[in-house]
Amino acid sequence: MGELEMEKHVRYILTIEKKKDDFVSLVIEHLRINGAYWGLTTLDLLGKIETIDQDEVVSWVMKCQDESGGFAGNIGHDPHILYTLSAVQILALLDKLDVLDIDKVSNYVAGLQNEDGSFSGDIWGEVDTRFSYIAICCLSILRRLEKINVEKAVDFVVRCKNLDGGFGSTPGGESHAGQIFCCVGALALTGSLHHIDRDLLGWWLCERQVKSGGLNGRPEKLPDVCYSWWVLSSLVMIDRVHWIDKEKLARFILDCQDKENGGISDRPDDAVDVFHTYFGVAGLSLLEYPGVKAIDPAYALPVDVVNKIIFKK
Amino acid sequence: MEGRGVLKSESLRRSYVTPVLCVVVVAAAATPPPRSLCPSAPHRESVAKEKMHGRPRKAPKPDDEASAAKAAQLQTLQVQLLQNHHDKIYTKEALEICAKLVEVNPEHYTAWNYRKLAVESILRSETDADAIKAILTQELRVAESALRRNFKCYAAWYHRKWVLNKGFLSLDHEFRLLDQFQKLDSRNFHAWNYRRHVAALKNLSLEEELKFTTDMIDTNFSNYSAWHNRSVLLSDLLKQKVQGYSHREKVLTEEYELVHQAIFTDPDDQSGWFYHLWLLDQTVRPDSPVLTASWPPEGSELVLSFEHNLSGGLLSPFRTVYSDDGVFPIVLCFNQAVGGVNASTVTIVYMFNKNEDLSWMPLSTDNSGSAQAWVTYLNFPDVKDLSQAYPVEVRFGHSQGIVTSSGCHYCCPSQFAFTVSLHSFNLEHSEVASNVEMVVWKDDGFNAYGGPIMDLSSIVSFDQLKIDKECLQKASSWQSETISNEIALFRELLSEIDCKIGNLTLARLLMAHDAMMSYQPSQQKKTHSKEVLDLFIGLMKMDPCHYRYYKDEHSLVLMEQVTSTSDSLVRHCCQYDHQISSGLHNLICFRLKNMSLSRIGFIERLLWVQMLDLSHNELRSIEGLEAMQLLSCLNLSNNKLRSLTALEPLRLLKSLKVLDISYNEIGAHSIDTTRYLCASPLSHAVGTDWNINEDVNNDDNVRKYWEAVVIFKGLHLTQLDVVGNAIADERFRLLLSKVLPCLKWLDGEVVH
Ligand SMILES: [Zn+2]
Repeated sequence: MGELEMEKHVRYILTIEKKKDDFVSLVIEHLRINGAYWGLTTLDLLGKIETIDQDEVVSWVMKCQDESGGFAGNIGHDPHILYTLSAVQILALLDKLDVLDIDKVSNYVAGLQNEDGSFSGDIWGEVDTRFSYIAICCLSILRRLEKINVEKAVDFVVRCKNLDGGFGSTPGGESHAGQIFCCVGALALTGSLHHIDRDLLGWWLCERQVKSGGLNGRPEKLPDVCYSWWVLSSLVMIDRVHWIDKEKLARFILDCQDKENGGISDRPDDAVDVFHTYFGVAGLSLLEYPGVKAIDPAYALPVDVVNKIIFKK
Repeated sequence: MEGRGVLKSESLRRSYVTPVLCVVVVAAAATPPPRSLCPSAPHRESVAKEKMHGRPRKAPKPDDEASAAKAAQLQTLQVQLLQNHHDKIYTKEALEICAKLVEVNPEHYTAWNYRKLAVESILRSETDADAIKAILTQELRVAESALRRNFKCYAAWYHRKWVLNKGFLSLDHEFRLLDQFQKLDSRNFHAWNYRRHVAALKNLSLEEELKFTTDMIDTNFSNYSAWHNRSVLLSDLLKQKVQGYSHREKVLTEEYELVHQAIFTDPDDQSGWFYHLWLLDQTVRPDSPVLTASWPPEGSELVLSFEHNLSGGLLSPFRTVYSDDGVFPIVLCFNQAVGGVNASTVTIVYMFNKNEDLSWMPLSTDNSGSAQAWVTYLNFPDVKDLSQAYPVEVRFGHSQGIVTSSGCHYCCPSQFAFTVSLHSFNLEHSEVASNVEMVVWKDDGFNAYGGPIMDLSSIVSFDQLKIDKECLQKASSWQSETISNEIALFRELLSEIDCKIGNLTLARLLMAHDAMMSYQPSQQKKTHSKEVLDLFIGLMKMDPCHYRYYKDEHSLVLMEQVTSTSDSLVRHCCQYDHQISSGLHNLICFRLKNMSLSRIGFIERLLWVQMLDLSHNELRSIEGLEAMQLLSCLNLSNNKLRSLTALEPLRLLKSLKVLDISYNEIGAHSIDTTRYLCASPLSHAVGTDWNINEDVNNDDNVRKYWEAVVIFKGLHLTQLDVVGNAIADERFRLLLSKVLPCLKWLDGEVVH
């Protein structure tokens, strides 16, 4: 196993930021704000957030805001709750939440709650527990959770609980590690983890570890670095992370590094991207890898950033 | 049985599993799972895949002409789309550009939004039904070709849903398409979700959909998605008692047969095992809550004493409860969390308090208002008559109201009665306080308990409740037969192939068997603890990745063993009698020192304990300890507690005075795994508003050690040991002495 190539990953993130016109960059052009969140959080976890021009980032993020208060994935696109969270997370990370009209943003998010407690992603009405998490996380960061009906929001998430202890995207939907992260996160942020059978879910989650040490997202699937985040953070929130072999997982993540050019991929020897680079580094953070800052499993932001918001530390 | 005997052929087994390629994703993902997550999908060329998953590391050379052309084309489409979107241009040509774009890049969500706006705008001026149908059909076509490109595209699936919800189109085509898609990738959860949606729109019967899962499972046992959908459908069928499903036991028996075929065909495949675990749960779980213990137990004769300094031998050490203020707890423990325990659901007949004045509190700190254990406190006044034993009677379950979160009521008329006599009430409080001595946990301060075991048995709650026998959860013969059959079957499987999941399932079956029997009135309770312990030890070796899981389970079984009889309990009882200490004589310490416990359980059998030694174990958690309302001295030193938030249960132990948490790992870890299990401003728990001004005017220490404030504030500790933890520096100690005003000794030194 090698070490974590911190400097190379930092350099990788700084270079992709500049790449805008190849096919791969274009195809994800509409979610650039997600990319910015992944990249910046990774830089912060690696202790290098100061290498970027923060004012430039902030002014670009603000250009993605729509009149409705929501944020788009990039300038000129439509607002969506997915990108609104990324925008808020980026501003929190840079300690620039004060540039926001907090009420405007939180009203946008709160306005997406439906009668049954669920949340739509945008005006078009797609419902998914991912949006429940996003709304709760976003409003917690903005300290405006009281704008929604929390009890109903929790009820909806609980309705998506399955008989294997996991959660799906809508009632009846199959358990999936990504979806589980969202639901466990939503319950964690609302003091509602008692709705979870932690032993049952913990067992399902720790069985995601396969022989190579990596984690998959559902039974009988291949491992993938991004699940290092979704499975791990869920296991951390329910205090069952000791049920997996942490060393083997760390080795798997490190094996997915591009040691020449930086970046982390989904599986060893695949092409790297910022998405898996973030989830790899965030996973190592949850594994307490030396030199990587601690990340909060529910807010998906560095612990010091979260503590500062909540405890004004 | 068909398929029994374990499929030996690797190739046959593998052929079940669709080759997986994690395709991708991301389009939009936030921290939350991306718009399209990563789960594997059929291997097909997809844009997304080109983006994020399964791409070989050597990317095509950037100067590759073809890819440059592709990029240029995509860029043009995207620019045009955004332009048209902003100018609200919905001409045929504009829509054509959009169609081309979502075919190349199905994740372009703004393009889908644009299409919806366009459709709505066109429909506003269109009244001809056929024309409307044509427009909507065209939308389905666009969505279909996007899905063929990328199967996991949230936006394309939703677009279809949106179109269908308009109501003009027939649903039959959807099922044909789904059949096609689900054959290609039987695990695609988008397709399964969509299927549920369409089935509901079409009012398809649950049985029909159940039949579909049977077909899918018959084709390939390793289809977790199908098993999952089956569990959802079957739960509904059973709940609604649909014809053919009213006989729950018969239905479950057939399900066992089906899942056996899967398990015995490929014992390494997880799909069937999770289904089996669910069936097991369905078989043994009692619906209504069951009372597992009470404090005090039925028939006990207790003494309430203000004074620790008793000349030994006068009073039974087990039956004497010490209290500073005449407050005496009554605790009810259930097998699952319940709400609705209050003065109207529980009646206490007692001469000094009116029942309606008693308030019950859930022993939990979450926002639920429910808990497995509940407590209320009786107040004994300062009466001089020491000869009298005051009777107390507790009655509940005669009406509904005590209820689980799933709506099941405790409806088993129950009662218990006990007496309390008072001792040495004439001491002044101040005098009592000054008498307190430092507790020393050294081994030589403890003597083996030599008194009569009867004293112990009278205060441990073993089936002593006066409960209407009819009401007792009696395991039906079907239940015990089913479990016995399963046990026999898995022993047989294990004789053929020694697989991890087989061993684990056998252990779980044996535990389920024992638990089921524990609700029975005690006759001969043959337990399998020894065998289960051995199974877990075997599993730790066989599957070292999950070592800690087995270790935790092993610890619970150990706790079960230790607490199962008075005989085994008494072996862990010691009399505290330290030479340098003149107080606390006659106190019984329950010692579980050095047992390699990583977790505790069966606390309902330890409600009588006032002094507990759990030192030198491997505890990471003390969950459950909150039910021990009599606990005044607790030793947790030399364990593996990782953070202060892991001490959350202590907040509910109002009589705790002496606490030793020295030599743990508190402060040594950057990730706190109980951060969200502890009620705090982070979890928006009720009543935890973080008001810094109130707590300490902008004290930096309070912010730095917020966990210590959250946990210790409100406790009346007189003695605390924290040495040997990374967190325990001078600053921390200083804070502790502020947060704990009653503290007299910190790490053995007098606090000034
Ligand atoms: Zn991935």
